[in-house]
Amino acid sequence: MNQAPKLNSFRGGPDEDGRFGIFGGRFVAETLMPLILDLQDEWDKAKNDPAFKAELEHLGAHYIGRPSPLYFAERLTAELGGAKIYFKREELNHTGSHKINNCIGQILLAKRMGKTRIIAETGAGQHGVASATVAARFGLPCVVYMGATDVERQAPNVFRMKLLGAEVKPVTAGSGTLKDAMNEALRDWVTNVEDTYYLIGTAAGPHPYPEMVRDFQAVIGQEAKEQMLAAEGRLPDLVVAAVGGGSNAIGIFHPFLDDDSVKIVGVEAGGKGIEGDEHCASITAGSPGVLHGNRTYLLQDGDGQIKEGHSISAGLDYPGIGPEHAWLNDVGRVEYVPIMDHEALEAFQTLTRLEGIIPALEPSHALAEVIKRAPKMGKDEIILMNLSGRGDKDIFTVGKILGMGL
Amino acid sequence: MTARMDKRFADVAAEGRPVLVTYFMAGDPDFETSLSIMKALPKSGADVIELGMPFSDPMADGPAIQLAGQRSLKGGQTLAKTLEIARRFREDDQRTPIVLMGYYNPIYIYGVDRFLTDALAAGIDGLIVVDLPPEMDDELCIPALEKGINFIRLATPTTDDRRLPKVLENTSGFVYYVSMNGITGSALPDPSLIGGAVARIKAHTNLPVCVGFGVKTADHARAIGASADGVVVGTAIVNQIASSLTEEGKATDATVPGVEALVRGLSAGVRSARLAAAE
Repeated sequence: MNQAPKLNSFRGGPDEDGRFGIFGGRFVAETLMPLILDLQDEWDKAKNDPAFKAELEHLGAHYIGRPSPLYFAERLTAELGGAKIYFKREELNHTGSHKINNCIGQILLAKRMGKTRIIAETGAGQHGVASATVAARFGLPCVVYMGATDVERQAPNVFRMKLLGAEVKPVTAGSGTLKDAMNEALRDWVTNVEDTYYLIGTAAGPHPYPEMVRDFQAVIGQEAKEQMLAAEGRLPDLVVAAVGGGSNAIGIFHPFLDDDSVKIVGVEAGGKGIEGDEHCASITAGSPGVLHGNRTYLLQDGDGQIKEGHSISAGLDYPGIGPEHAWLNDVGRVEYVPIMDHEALEAFQTLTRLEGIIPALEPSHALAEVIKRAPKMGKDEIILMNLSGRGDKDIFTVGKILGMGL
Repeated sequence: MTARMDKRFADVAAEGRPVLVTYFMAGDPDFETSLSIMKALPKSGADVIELGMPFSDPMADGPAIQLAGQRSLKGGQTLAKTLEIARRFREDDQRTPIVLMGYYNPIYIYGVDRFLTDALAAGIDGLIVVDLPPEMDDELCIPALEKGINFIRLATPTTDDRRLPKVLENTSGFVYYVSMNGITGSALPDPSLIGGAVARIKAHTNLPVCVGFGVKTADHARAIGASADGVVVGTAIVNQIASSLTEEGKATDATVPGVEALVRGLSAGVRSARLAAAE
């Protein structure tokens, strides 16, 4: 009997070599290949293991605080006078962002693999805090690589990591931001292959990380879908999320990819403007290249040297993007747009004043796009935005820019 | 195609000694100085030259080579200029094999076909591209072999017997055994362990096996050369160059002679390796 023709789906990737179209793959040094293959084996087993799923769900409910609420932003909606705006409140998770969803999943894998030491990279510090948290919870030593520039501008998170028992190693190479931290974490990993688990914080890097991180973060979109159906009896018309590496975005996007009626928008950091070099809009202003184990859109010069990005938000300050986003852009399923620093800053203040929620600067980018689009949409239309992190870590950065004294 | 490389390994083996492979970064600290360094290498006893292609994000390299890459890029080095250094070197030397070593992205952006054509025209004999494992052979390895350029693979302590055949499958020229897990420029492991590792690889291939990572002195070169077909020295040369520069990172009169003296010493080390082993 012939097989039924396969449905056209945007959710089938990656293929067995870790590719999303031309993007993704396993561009790593030979030293790391056996580790990545081991990780893939373990992940393939774990994701089909009911006991693993049960432990993940238990920790999700009792440690992270899942499901996170779906919140109707009534005053913001009224102020903008258009579409109804809902937030998926990932900022209410333990540790204050979506990052913990992935960290819990990966540390359970690390335990299964018998690894005894955790390393991680961090930009804004949210992933570093989440990594340090799960390392404390599971009693494993943790080293977090963080760009020296970020150590300075995200001091509260550095302090949190230290309190949690992690060792924070500032990285001065390059511009001292997320990409340099990732280089340094990879160097640690090739040196300590036997005992060390590299807990990558975003849906990028060599296969199977982009797929694995996405699957751990897809709980965001799965919950939001059910919650939206319960609240409104239908799916949203527009889903919006900020994209740096892209883990919170792929987490909320993925369950909606095959719902044709749902428009999806990813928001990149436009920094001081995409005409110059001071931005992190990899898709809007970059080109395909190979970095950190995968092919994806990168900010680079004509010789293939990677450029330093800029964003007001440390969490978006990365010159690449997860490979699945690169593919979703090229096939036209998701639209990627830039938002400038000053627009994000305005959105940050708007939400704080109107809803009493201090958002992180990362989702403030998504919010700025929502603020642009909502007034142009009908009152019967619905926007779902991933409020991926809270802004406590950013108050000093914002206060400094606004000239507020303490 | 592989003639220059194969001949050099065969000739040196006939002399009863291991091959000395020397690495330095193209364009460090500037184009003309690095061309002079390259020309000095064979005269000082280097048998094979690895020419580093600078990259902004060298994930498998230690601080020394990372800084060399930064100096080179700051000096305006590009992949096109690196090929130009090789081409200029070839005007005077048609016998020393040249292997380009670096990361994939600059090649990918240059364009694989264009790169291979230009590399061949510049007299390149082989490629080592750190972030292209066998799983990614369709990207560059297979096209390079079709054009007649060797693709030299790194084998590491994590490359177990199960994986070794896959790593060796499309490797040609020689096998580069990375003597430890880690980044370039780390400490040298116990030479006796290296002998066992070389024997393990040789059980799977007829290609020469060169050993690198951590070889800094003539004594190291002698110890490694006792069991390996070749010894790769990189970070020590890069450090020698760095130590000769001005505070602003400019070349001095000591830059090229410093490299010559170091390589002469290393060359003496490999030339006495088998004698030492026979004692």
